[in-house]
Amino acid sequence: MDYIKLTPPLKDEDIEKLKAGDRVLITGAMYTGRDAAHKKMVDLIEKNEKMPFDPIGQIIYFVGPAPAKPGQVMNSAGPTTSGRMNKFSPIVIGVGLKGMVGKGEMGAEVVEAMKKHKAAYMVATGGAGALIADRITGAEVVAWEELGPEAVRKLTVKDFPAIVAQDCHGGNIFVEGVEKYKR
Amino acid sequence: MREIDVREITSAVRKMCMDANYYLGDDVLSAIKKYEKTEESPLGKEILNQIIKNCGIAKDKQMPLCQDTGYSAVFAEVGQEVHFNGDFNEAINEGVRQGYKDGYLRKSVVEDPLRRKNTGDNTPAIITTKLVPGDKVTITILPKGGGSENMSRIKMLKPGDGEDGVKDFVVETVRIAGGNPCPPLIVGVGIGGLFDKVAHIAKHALLREVGSKHPDPYYAAMEEELLERINNTGVGPMGLGGRTTALAVHIEVHPCHIASLPAAVNTQCHSARHRETII
Repeated sequence: MDYIKLTPPLKDEDIEKLKAGDRVLITGAMYTGRDAAHKKMVDLIEKNEKMPFDPIGQIIYFVGPAPAKPGQVMNSAGPTTSGRMNKFSPIVIGVGLKGMVGKGEMGAEVVEAMKKHKAAYMVATGGAGALIADRITGAEVVAWEELGPEAVRKLTVKDFPAIVAQDCHGGNIFVEGVEKYKR
Repeated sequence: MREIDVREITSAVRKMCMDANYYLGDDVLSAIKKYEKTEESPLGKEILNQIIKNCGIAKDKQMPLCQDTGYSAVFAEVGQEVHFNGDFNEAINEGVRQGYKDGYLRKSVVEDPLRRKNTGDNTPAIITTKLVPGDKVTITILPKGGGSENMSRIKMLKPGDGEDGVKDFVVETVRIAGGNPCPPLIVGVGIGGLFDKVAHIAKHALLREVGSKHPDPYYAAMEEELLERINNTGVGPMGLGGRTTALAVHIEVHPCHIASLPAAVNTQCHSARHRETII
């Protein structure tokens, strides 16, 4: 199996070629956000105000990293459970977000938005926070520093490893993979 | 009577918070390595491989295995011949406070479940203290991640549901959880006691060494059967499909009421961290 390289900002055609089960390596920018940041981002979108970053073509990584040690770019930073973002992600996809990275399955409402607006959901290995931190070469807070680990950060990543879990064609590795290996 | 200065407790807890989060136990790591060899799914194998590499990086760089450095569950066994100079519970909390600050661990505790303001120092720990004979103090810390805790379940079964009812409930819990609790899991199962007791023993079961057998052959056989059934669900590493859904099933039981059959499943992710110190 080869890796597909992704370099945001992503276009519809980048997303359309992704199939559930594909392995990807992401290089460039990713933005962090989890529960509290999503609530705030969606509030802004609903008030027709600007998000803290331009979401068009970008990827959000659902993560709340451990605090960095002095001189460290990023401490442990593995994915958090994506299902908690089910009610927020369709709204962010609606304003141009192309990808999400987390762990666990996302809901039907997210899949509908991914099909309609061409977006993909990828998973990183939960609990591999140290390995993932090694692929993050830069991090800066872009909004809501007071949220601590939940603040929105712009990450610079190199060969960030992820697997396409739910694609814009309805493919779902959680269903297909489990079906294949159950006895 | 043995006098113990509670500052000794604080310093032990501080160190355990850091060590538990940086170094995965050899028992857990060996089990992951064993399953990595036999995993049939290429994606599952890659994930297990990443988990093994992650342990090496965390150890070398002294950084947490997982960014979710958990809620501090503390189990204390206190010899009844011990007298503490100072506040025992506060000494544990101070150890957590220092460990999470000095170890650059994530503070993941909110002071009120609905108003959700972070306490900023990962306290308070949830401390369960048991009095035992002797003059020793054994403290165990289990930093429990939110993702796996959230997929845990409890059910008050009927005595007539019996062994099959309990087994089906355990397997169903793991299947419903899917990739959310970060499989491969250690599955802690409590059977018996009261509503609160069964949850407690399910969590306590997570402390047992991975690879060890239940001392009662009846439950040892049940653990083996459950592990096979769980791995036959196909959930696999991170829920993407595969033959490795759990590394172990640990059962703890307690006497219970003639009308009751409580069962609890505490799901534990592969970052199955815990440390013990005897003072």
